[in-house]
Amino acid sequence: MSSAADNVIDTSAPVKPIHPFSWTVRREIWEHRALWIAPLSVAGLILFGFLIQLLNLSKIMISVNHLPPMPRFVALAAPFTFTSAALMMTGVVLSVSYCLSALGNERRDRSILFWKSLPVSDTTAVLAKAVVPFAIVPVIVIAAVLATQLIMLLLGSLALTISGAGTSAIWSHATLARLDLTMLYTVVTGVLWYAPIYGWLLMISSFARRAAFLWAVLPWLGLFILEKLTLGTNYVAALISDRLIGGMQIGFNVQHYGHVNIKTMQMINPLTAIAARHFFLSSGLWLGLVAAAAFIAAAVWFRRMRDPG
Amino acid sequence: MACIEARGLKKSFGATTALAGVDLKIEEGKILGLIGPNGAGKSTLLNAVLGLIPYQGELSVLGLNPWSSRDALMRDVCFIADVAVLPRWMRVQNAIDYLAGVHPRFDRARAEAFLSNTQIKRTSKVSELSKGMVTQLHLALVMAIDARLLVLDEPTLGLDLLYRKQFYDTLLNDYFDHKRTIVVTTHQVEEVEQILTDVMFINHGRIVLDCAMEDFETRYLELSPRPEHLSEARALKPIYERQALARPVLMFDSVGRDALVGLGEVRSPSIADVFVAVMSEPAPGVAS
Repeated sequence: MSSAADNVIDTSAPVKPIHPFSWTVRREIWEHRALWIAPLSVAGLILFGFLIQLLNLSKIMISVNHLPPMPRFVALAAPFTFTSAALMMTGVVLSVSYCLSALGNERRDRSILFWKSLPVSDTTAVLAKAVVPFAIVPVIVIAAVLATQLIMLLLGSLALTISGAGTSAIWSHATLARLDLTMLYTVVTGVLWYAPIYGWLLMISSFARRAAFLWAVLPWLGLFILEKLTLGTNYVAALISDRLIGGMQIGFNVQHYGHVNIKTMQMINPLTAIAARHFFLSSGLWLGLVAAAAFIAAAVWFRRMRDPG
Repeated sequence: MACIEARGLKKSFGATTALAGVDLKIEEGKILGLIGPNGAGKSTLLNAVLGLIPYQGELSVLGLNPWSSRDALMRDVCFIADVAVLPRWMRVQNAIDYLAGVHPRFDRARAEAFLSNTQIKRTSKVSELSKGMVTQLHLALVMAIDARLLVLDEPTLGLDLLYRKQFYDTLLNDYFDHKRTIVVTTHQVEEVEQILTDVMFINHGRIVLDCAMEDFETRYLELSPRPEHLSEARALKPIYERQALARPVLMFDSVGRDALVGLGEVRSPSIADVFVAVMSEPAPGVAS
């Protein structure tokens, strides 16, 4: 590899525009192929299961048609809500596993020394990684849900047309649009509510030299045990369980439908269960976001301070 | 302007002192060899220069404080830390695209021109390349960056002789132009000896020798004295004495050639010879 280009330094050359942030986000997607492979695999699995169900579809449709409105709606929507739930869960698992290793892997394989040889600040590098659980995974999940549902809808219509059962039942209500709006709301509120969890995991991956999972979990377990033994109270346990499932409780009017018999209840619009105002005005959301910002700032600090060698 | 200037540079890791007060000044346009035994503080010094670790004392690189102005500094500074640091998952094309996206002084055409002279395929992953090819790739990427300071920390570690020679030839022929500054550390002193303009020895966290190569040859001389002149030669205060083929060989620092030629056979020692001599002295002020 000799004398391929001239070796004159032209210091008068204009500095070309650069986009460190967007390129570093792109780099994350190149590196972490699981971000799209995992949702695709889950979607494929769901479609496979749906295809098997289709063999009996006309029978299912006949029995479903005899149900009262609400159970019928639930039965018809089941494959679609299941798709949303499965892919949203995949998204959470992806985000958690990504955050837990994001800043530790580059130190372990020493590639951090390559990244740090470039004019990309620690803040840019860490924020680009935070974009993955906060934006990239949610967008991939939403796209995967919509694409899977669309394929299911088309396959279902095809099967019903062939069997002569008619497609009106699955196209009749504007239910799918409503379900997907609910799904969208769940994804967005879920990401916001879990923000401190993702921030905490990013911080741990930046801090821990090894055993990031233990560092992430054991301090909370320790606090829980300590509190239980010394004070006999359960505040830490309550805090953790609130962070894990509290977002759903605050974001939806769950209690309204707690003790209703599904067979006799009125047909309801799923959108009415959304308690957006309640969610966005909750202190839990905003305290969580503040904590997330603090954890991410700490992740930047650790990436800068940790001896890279 | 000095490219790198340090005064009283110190760094400790817990109870271990890595840098015990380094003073140095490296002018622009030099190729400096930083030589020292393992644990002497070479990497710590380079890490401080690159803004990778905080330190005590004064340090200025291209007029900037490397710790507080690290992001700005990295536009003009480039480094190869080790052969193994290119991310293994990355494809060659990814690496070029990424550098073109984030580095204002990266010239894509130049990198591609360098790569076209190698066996490296654009679609290969780093993990699929041999160790020598990874180094070639890293060098091609770095040489396409119009940097003012290039720091190489053991860049050829683990490479065979052919790749090592090619590495330094390419660096010298296609990159160095007397405006850039290159700082290189290596254990294979003899391979860089011919390309250096300056040499520095570091031991116990201090600079123990700092010399331009043109002075090096007049400053250090080795004498194999004839037996009858041995005590006379020893009176001239050699810095080091060793046995070669059962005969004493004495090394002198700043003793004129004229004073030695009458006593026996005089020759210019290599950097490696002087390194051994200097490192064998007890370091001043440091308990060994």
